[in-house]
Amino acid sequence: MAGTWGRFNVVALALGFAFLYLPIVLLVIYSFNESRLVTVWAGFSTKWYVAMLNNRGLMDAAWVTARVAFLSATVATVLGTMAAVALTRYTRFRGRLLFSGIVFAPLVMPEVITGLSLLLLFVAINFDRGFATVTIAHITFSMCFVAVVVQSRLITFDRSLEEAALDLGATPVKAFFQVTLPVILPAVIAGWMLAFTLSLDDLVIASFTSGPGATTLPMKIYSQVRLGVTPEINAVSTVLIAIVTVGVVVASLANKRQDVLRQREAAE
Amino acid sequence: MASLGSTRRTFAPWADPTAKPYIRFENVTKRFGDFTAVDDLSLTIYEREFFALLGASGCGKTTLLRMLGGFEQPTSGRIFLDGQDMKGIPPYRRPVNMMFQSYALFPHMTVETNVAFGLKQDGMPKPQIAERVARMLKLVKLEPFAKRKPHQLSGGQRQRVALARSLAKRPKVLLLDEPLGALDKKLREETQFELMDLQCELGLTFVVVTHDQEEAMTMADRIAIMDKGKVLQVATPAEVYEAPSCRFVADFVGSINTFEGSVTKAGSAARIRDRSGAEFSVADAGAAVAGDTVWLAVRPEKLRISRERPADAENALDGEIWDIAYLGDMTVYNVKLDDGRVVKASTINSIRRLEDALTWHDRAWVSFSADAGVVLTR
Repeated sequence: MAGTWGRFNVVALALGFAFLYLPIVLLVIYSFNESRLVTVWAGFSTKWYVAMLNNRGLMDAAWVTARVAFLSATVATVLGTMAAVALTRYTRFRGRLLFSGIVFAPLVMPEVITGLSLLLLFVAINFDRGFATVTIAHITFSMCFVAVVVQSRLITFDRSLEEAALDLGATPVKAFFQVTLPVILPAVIAGWMLAFTLSLDDLVIASFTSGPGATTLPMKIYSQVRLGVTPEINAVSTVLIAIVTVGVVVASLANKRQDVLRQREAAE
Repeated sequence: MASLGSTRRTFAPWADPTAKPYIRFENVTKRFGDFTAVDDLSLTIYEREFFALLGASGCGKTTLLRMLGGFEQPTSGRIFLDGQDMKGIPPYRRPVNMMFQSYALFPHMTVETNVAFGLKQDGMPKPQIAERVARMLKLVKLEPFAKRKPHQLSGGQRQRVALARSLAKRPKVLLLDEPLGALDKKLREETQFELMDLQCELGLTFVVVTHDQEEAMTMADRIAIMDKGKVLQVATPAEVYEAPSCRFVADFVGSINTFEGSVTKAGSAARIRDRSGAEFSVADAGAAVAGDTVWLAVRPEKLRISRERPADAENALDGEIWDIAYLGDMTVYNVKLDDGRVVKASTINSIRRLEDALTWHDRAWVSFSADAGVVLTR
């Protein structure tokens, strides 16, 4: 391999990967550390995972996070898909550019600003901060990611499929649910996965919009770390990494599978 | 008009003034922004007719079909189907079905469920659906492929699935948008005949859009030739070929030689002087009067090519053989006249070996009889 790739490339690749993943690998390794001291290796153990499971506060935060992520990803997927459909279908309605700008702005908006503006809104309308506000905030910022993913699929979607469904007697709503949605489903699932993982590891927006009783896992970890890193935190982080990795891998596999199918469609 | 071509027809409702049209376009116009796709078009199609809309891409033929299917609404004008005004009726409430150019098979469904889709929408009971689907698959000879997905089929098989699906609901009218466009030549020819048999067997009205004149000639009872959103001629294939209404139609269908000239004697046994000074005898100049600028159009196969001027030739021109295209069944000669014009003449190769075959740069005569050509006034 070094022959064809060149030594420089191999070194560059190794350095790049090391830079990206060394901290994470270290964290994962130390989550299995026997010792209480984070920086001293004292043999393999899974006791911190047990400790993690017995940590009431940590588990509560994990449960809150899971519910927020599931709920916000689901709602964001529905809204994001609807936005994507509107944007690809009705290419000439008045204010389309403005609408697409509004939908995609949160992609580049600094999280601090999104968080702050949402906080101001909730305070202004006197909405008690807690589980609901975090969820709403997460829907707001993850919806645009779903819209981007679904829209990129819809652009290549053959509209005559939908017309064929109408032609065969399906109403527009039935045509959407029986033909369009199944065909773009992999992209919708990928969008959901993305929204889920985004919600799972969000700290900034959650800190702004959360209230008492709705501490998410990233918030909990962050506050605990300020009192000193424990191997328990490493264990939680490892589990989080595992979930996020699976999410991202599944999302990209779904997308890739769809690409292959589409290419096969196009090739024939 | 005397019989044109050699086709014998017993089905000709358009010639019967008492026959009621089944589909009627009345002054239909469709604009997309500044672009006029269909321009004040009127057209009638009869029940059980195999009707072809023929034209180059962008002539408005697909738009016309899509308006019939309900996917586009006319900007003005009305469309009637079986006496009913189709205005505002969505595609899912029209008794027509369409076979799409891309076939538009649902990729997530099997062949069977694709065909059953329309029947399910109608709420037909399951056993009946199964029976109908089986019958449709038998009709298009796809029974062994019922459980396959569209991407596991060949192009020809997919075309059949699309056909079965659009026929499953037994529509009054089947609309076909370039139905054979994606098939290779051999398969296309076979499928043409299958489509014709099917149409005859099921007794349906077919409206097919195509840019392939051969396809239209083979399959259709009548052809409408379209250009720039207008219909130039509606007639049987033989009429379109032998009696084109204008130069565009003459040129679009098959190949043709046109000689521009002016009428020196009108009526029957007319004479036309072309711009090089040659005089042609023409059996019938139609409505043209003396002094009119006309075009005498002669099909290449109606020209005879020979080394010497045939003694009995009514019209003859001489020139040099410029190009020869050997097509197997026939040979097409391009003869360059002395004034630079090129005339196309074709001969059937009924003899395997020709002793004294004409070749490049030979001098040759092309001749044609007085009734070989048609006089066009526009």
